[in-house]
Amino acid sequence: MVCRCRQILNNMKAANDIVISATGLSRRFGSLVAVNNVDLQIPAGTIYGFLGPNGSGKSTTIRMLCGLLTPSAGSATVMGLDTRKQSEVLKQKIGYMTQRFSLFEDLTVAENLRFISEVYALSRKRRKTRVAQLIEEFNLSKQLKQRAGTLSGGQKQRLALAVAILHDPQILFLDEPTSAVDPKNRRDFWEILFDLAAQGTTILVSTHYMDEAARCHSLAILDQGVKVADGSPMQLGESISLNVFEVVAEDPNKARISLAQQQAISSITQLGVSLRVLIPKDVEGGLQLVTSTLAHAGVHAEVEKVFPDLEDVFVAVTESRPEGIAA
Amino acid sequence: MNSLIRIFAIMKKEFLQLSRDRLTFGMIVGIPLIQLMMFGYAINTDVRNLSAAYVDEADTHLSRQFVADLGASQVINIKQRVASVQELEQLLDVGLISIGIAVPDDFDRRVIERDRQAVQLLVDGTDPIILGVAQQLSALPVRFDTQALPSPSVNLMEVRNFYNPERRTAVNIVPGLVGVILTMTMVLFTAVAIVREKERGNLELLINTPIKTPELMLGKIVPYIIIGLLQVVIIFTVGCYLFKVFIRGSELDVLTVSLVFIAANLSLGLLISTLVQTQFQAMQAAFFVLLPSILLSGFMFPFDGMPVFAQTIAEVLPLTHFNRLIRGIVLRGADIDSMWEDLLALGVFMLVAITLAIARFSKRLD
Ligand SMILES: Nc1ncnc2c1ncn2[C@@H]1O[C@H](COP(=O)(O)OP(=O)(O)OP(=O)(O)O)[C@@H](O)[C@H]1O
Ligand SMILES: [Mg+2]
Repeated sequence: MVCRCRQILNNMKAANDIVISATGLSRRFGSLVAVNNVDLQIPAGTIYGFLGPNGSGKSTTIRMLCGLLTPSAGSATVMGLDTRKQSEVLKQKIGYMTQRFSLFEDLTVAENLRFISEVYALSRKRRKTRVAQLIEEFNLSKQLKQRAGTLSGGQKQRLALAVAILHDPQILFLDEPTSAVDPKNRRDFWEILFDLAAQGTTILVSTHYMDEAARCHSLAILDQGVKVADGSPMQLGESISLNVFEVVAEDPNKARISLAQQQAISSITQLGVSLRVLIPKDVEGGLQLVTSTLAHAGVHAEVEKVFPDLEDVFVAVTESRPEGIAA
Repeated sequence: MNSLIRIFAIMKKEFLQLSRDRLTFGMIVGIPLIQLMMFGYAINTDVRNLSAAYVDEADTHLSRQFVADLGASQVINIKQRVASVQELEQLLDVGLISIGIAVPDDFDRRVIERDRQAVQLLVDGTDPIILGVAQQLSALPVRFDTQALPSPSVNLMEVRNFYNPERRTAVNIVPGLVGVILTMTMVLFTAVAIVREKERGNLELLINTPIKTPELMLGKIVPYIIIGLLQVVIIFTVGCYLFKVFIRGSELDVLTVSLVFIAANLSLGLLISTLVQTQFQAMQAAFFVLLPSILLSGFMFPFDGMPVFAQTIAEVLPLTHFNRLIRGIVLRGADIDSMWEDLLALGVFMLVAITLAIARFSKRLD
């Protein structure tokens, strides 16, 4: 109990410390600009998300922050260490789970864990207890003697996370850690992340999933290497210059066709029987516009103004950049 | 201390992976055995039993004796006697024989007066080895056991064969093969060992740990040194039992020079791994090293017979120096001390290669 309190106190004290910071971070591969002028300020103990489509530069940014790729321009410090010059010191303090499964497929689960514990040169006693603890925590005891290559997708991901946190890193970079995990296991996986964050670990996680992004304390949306928006899910919802209307219609197809005629509507997305309609805030009487259009077309529908979710934010900032973002 | 833990961790991992990789494991034992059999039995440059036929127009006591002597040499296998030189030529044409022996009717007179060649050898000259045999035969003395004549020695030169009186190729091949097999397997194994991890994505995980480049390289090299030495032992054991090739010098010297040579090749393999991206490229690069090694190192052709340009290239190849060392120790019983320059050359090669490999290996992805 005492211990728990101290942890929380520590977290509060650390909350203001920026542990990952980047200014003007850029990386080009030939003529392609994979990461373009990204600024980051991530406080300790937060779960920070990178949300972005394929090829938007999530992995490249993470690699630069780990010190695995040299930035073409700009700089980054992680825990006060320059990722260009002090990457070797940094490696002791960070854990990195690669997007692609990178453990040794021809070694067993136990051998992989033991190998990594030795590479981090933990003391003999610590190696034993830590590996045993992780096996227990990550529910891997049945697979101990199984080759890592034959594990299921979810088991692989659990093993990879166990390996990434084996040396108790203060900062954890997870590159799409749940891409092959079912919803139940994904929830368990996130439970572990929240536990880690509660203990003071700062976690940077990239994802394609909106529901995962919504769980982050804070996130950045990347598009074509540019950070197009950032903040907490709530802040992001408020920041976009679009109003969101949910339309539940008897005939959603007909509703969609009729609404598509309106120039003022910037996006319509169909989700089953409901439509999400995005209209710029500077259009007067958005609600009016939608209801009257539908009435005119003879479609029975309920229209409601709703708070933008991350998907709306994502659509808003990636489709109509830069106009879609509030100044 | 931490360094040792890490080096041992890598070593242990390499051994575990090796023990599960049946193909590589098979290659470690299989390549030496197969090569040894191939070179020892099939590729045999001491020619025996070339098929031959003869025509004896003299048909005297001396000529019959001469033909019998040729047959007894075992170099040729006399299959038949024909009536004329034309018939001999026909047999050569159709490829039934490799050598035809024509003894003219005035054979005795020619031998005694020695004004002209006594016998004609008809040879299929397209094969240089057969041509060589013919030259060898032409030096064979004709024995005169006729009482009436003194015994002049017909051939003027005598070849005394040191070290290998029975002229067995295996004696030269076995120690030479040690070097070829080690070059082939060691360069390839290490080059592939790193590139494979690049391809499988393991390297991105490894370079994000605090492991240092020299630790990684050492951990990769040591297991293969042990494997290389194991191959040396296999080759010499088989060479001893099957081909009767014995080590005249000290076994410890053999292991010492092998050790340095193996380390040189492994370092080269590591250097290659930093230059290529895929296992296929690594293999190509390994063969790019292997080919000149086989051709120029003195394994196939005598070093002294090569043009200066080729000799210069050969001096850069580790196999050239190793061949001199190992042949010296195994065949002549030489002492390492007398060949320190070659050992030094191997050591320098190794140091340069490993230094370049460490310098080139980057713990970054760019
Ligand atoms: N080593 C490289 N050489 C050349 N181009 C690269 C390299 N690595 C990444 N890129 C390019 O940089 C861009 C960003 O790639 P990155 O892997 O960072 O995207 P990502 O956001 O992680 O995508 P995904 O969600 O598909 O993993 C892509 O267009 C990619 O093709
Ligand atoms: Mg990626």
